[in-house]
Amino acid sequence: MTHVLSLLVEDRPGLLTRVAGLFARRGFNIESLAVGASEIPGLSRITVVVDVEELPLEQVTKQLNKLVNVIKIVELDPLQTVEREHMLLKVRVDNTTRSQILEAATLFRARIVDVATDALVIEVTGDTAKVQALLRVLEPYGIKEIAQSGLLAIGRGSKSITERVFKN
Amino acid sequence: MTTETVAVPTSPTKRAAEPEILTGSGAILRSLENLGVTDVFGLPGGAIMPFYDELMSSKGIRHILVRHEQGAGHAAEGYAASTGRLGVCIATSGPGATNLVTAIADAYMDSVPLLAITGQVFSTLMGTDAFQEVDIVGITMPITKHSFLVTRPEDIPATIAAAYLIATTGRPGPVLVDVTKDCQQNSAPFIWPPKVDLPGYRPVVKAHGKQIQAAAQLLAEAKRPVFYVGGGVIRAKASAELLELAELVGAPIVTTLMARGAFPDSNPLNLGMPGMHGTVPAVLAIQESDLLISLGARFDDRVTGKPSEFAPNAKIVHVDIDPAEISKIRFADVPIVGDAKDVIADLTIAFREAITTTPSDLTPWWERLDLLRARYPLGYDETEDGLLSPQYVIQRIGQLTGPEAIYASGVGQHQMWAAQYIKYERPNAWLNSGGAGTMGYGVPAAMGAKVAEPERTVWAIDGDGCFQMTNQELATCTINKIPIKVAIINNSSLGMVRQWQTLFYDGRHSFTDLNTGHDTVMIPDFVKMADAYGALGIRVRNKEDVDAAIKLANETNDRPVVIDFIVSPHSMVWPMVPQGVGNSNVQYAKDHAPSWEEE
Repeated sequence: MTHVLSLLVEDRPGLLTRVAGLFARRGFNIESLAVGASEIPGLSRITVVVDVEELPLEQVTKQLNKLVNVIKIVELDPLQTVEREHMLLKVRVDNTTRSQILEAATLFRARIVDVATDALVIEVTGDTAKVQALLRVLEPYGIKEIAQSGLLAIGRGSKSITERVFKN
Repeated sequence: MTTETVAVPTSPTKRAAEPEILTGSGAILRSLENLGVTDVFGLPGGAIMPFYDELMSSKGIRHILVRHEQGAGHAAEGYAASTGRLGVCIATSGPGATNLVTAIADAYMDSVPLLAITGQVFSTLMGTDAFQEVDIVGITMPITKHSFLVTRPEDIPATIAAAYLIATTGRPGPVLVDVTKDCQQNSAPFIWPPKVDLPGYRPVVKAHGKQIQAAAQLLAEAKRPVFYVGGGVIRAKASAELLELAELVGAPIVTTLMARGAFPDSNPLNLGMPGMHGTVPAVLAIQESDLLISLGARFDDRVTGKPSEFAPNAKIVHVDIDPAEISKIRFADVPIVGDAKDVIADLTIAFREAITTTPSDLTPWWERLDLLRARYPLGYDETEDGLLSPQYVIQRIGQLTGPEAIYASGVGQHQMWAAQYIKYERPNAWLNSGGAGTMGYGVPAAMGAKVAEPERTVWAIDGDGCFQMTNQELATCTINKIPIKVAIINNSSLGMVRQWQTLFYDGRHSFTDLNTGHDTVMIPDFVKMADAYGALGIRVRNKEDVDAAIKLANETNDRPVVIDFIVSPHSMVWPMVPQGVGNSNVQYAKDHAPSWEEE
């Protein structure tokens, strides 16, 4: 079972090691990880995707909560969450395939961000299913390289995790 | 964002209008003094020299120069465990810091409030494999409650204050502060009290009222309740509250290895220690209970045996200050997160209200327990080889020295016998390495305890294996006038491993003979060794000499004492639950399992 955790953390050296170390110690593989600044100076948001059962996940969450630099952890409910991935793909092209690839990119609302005579770099954003679908479509043409972000996720509606932490 | 002023003693010195300019080293020292630290254990080296230069002129802090940094770590642990106060150890970078690692891990497992201060190479050299450089913050990440690297002197006061706060509040534990040499040398204004900004650190202390009510209700209705008391009760200083609750309820108590002394052994409600080497009544009381009230215990595998067969018919009320302990091993029907002292007091009040509606009659339960107690008392057989029995020696040390003393042990058979045969009447009297099982803990921990509690008699109950790991601190003890007593329970072997080899490895004693005891070359000669360290060395081989030696040790306070008790290598720790099976398979003695539920 895949779970998406959103962590609000202090931006301190070694923080990522502490978080990743806890997953490693329990033998959990992190499927994806995205780290970036939050709306509050000095605080970062980490979005972690892990594939674990409910009970060990609860244990890891509790252990993560004990890290002094971790301020808040929320497991995001997929039904109440906007999820996005970002991928850059370098695809092999020639004169016969170029137009087909451009068409596929358009269908997926992906953008061409670099053009060479024998390759294109395509940028696509979407949920995991969409990004994977585009990847499958382009695979037969020859994928030379991909670079992919971790999953980014944010709860729907007006509430924010930060609000709940700092309301008092 | 929560920005709080740290709740610690403030400086006795008057606050000047202009903050004083101090070096980073001076700031560490002043911070420690302001926090009320009076004793530290350490050993200097290159990267911590600026701090040691300041330390030399300190009036308020006594520094004990150890012979090995691990000794400093365990001494600080013993200091903390015997008093509940913060223990402080200091080491230089690189190997100095790594030598602290065992003690830090030990403190982490046993929730000991420990502050480790280490020097680090110049910040400009960090990451270059400089001389004596190791990433000690990285190394200790999984074994500390938190760790800090400080590179700027202006950050020292807030960091030391934060480290103090984290180590001593909530579930206590070790905190490491790594300070670069340039940070120690550079200067900055010293501002006290500092702002301690820890938005992610909010230990829960006050428990949820509804959960307390639910627990009280279960307790009032239970026919076979047991209080399963762990080391958390000692760390929370909740013994008085526990006594009140237990006597009000009239339910049996078991005290884990870490909780020996949390409840008086002389109290008839106390069934003794549960677990692998627990008493039969304690082990079976849990197995047969219908309600287990866990107070500051963590369902360690040495207590539960096979978890799926542990207390199979019991509902669980789990009280712990650490939410991560709740339902970690065993699902808690009533989880209570809070400080044991407050929770037990609240539970007492709630129970009083609950019994007005549902009175509980524990008479049948006690009939069963008293039967177990009568049939399976703690005991041992005389040795077949005619050598001293280790249990007798340890029992006599306890009887002749009394409950006001402090007993620190190493790890192994002697540790179990010391937990079984010394009677503890007060918390903080029994110090041992329960979670980590660190051989060599005994001597330095006893030293630390004696520094903290100089008026108390302090015994290290040690094994011949353990003693050889950290006995160099005898030099520290002699020179600094720390007159501890060491009883070496010398069975000439790594006894607990040997016992397992006897029981589970067809008697193949693979590399467990140490050749220190009876009928061996006796290397080293512990009496000569004591003499070399300036301690009083005594060798005891016969039962009739035991008392005199213990009395002489208790009367000798001008130097440490080492008694080499030559005991039988064949004595085993009983009762025992073999590893990996349910606790109902407890064996009272070899090939002798008590009957299960034979009413």
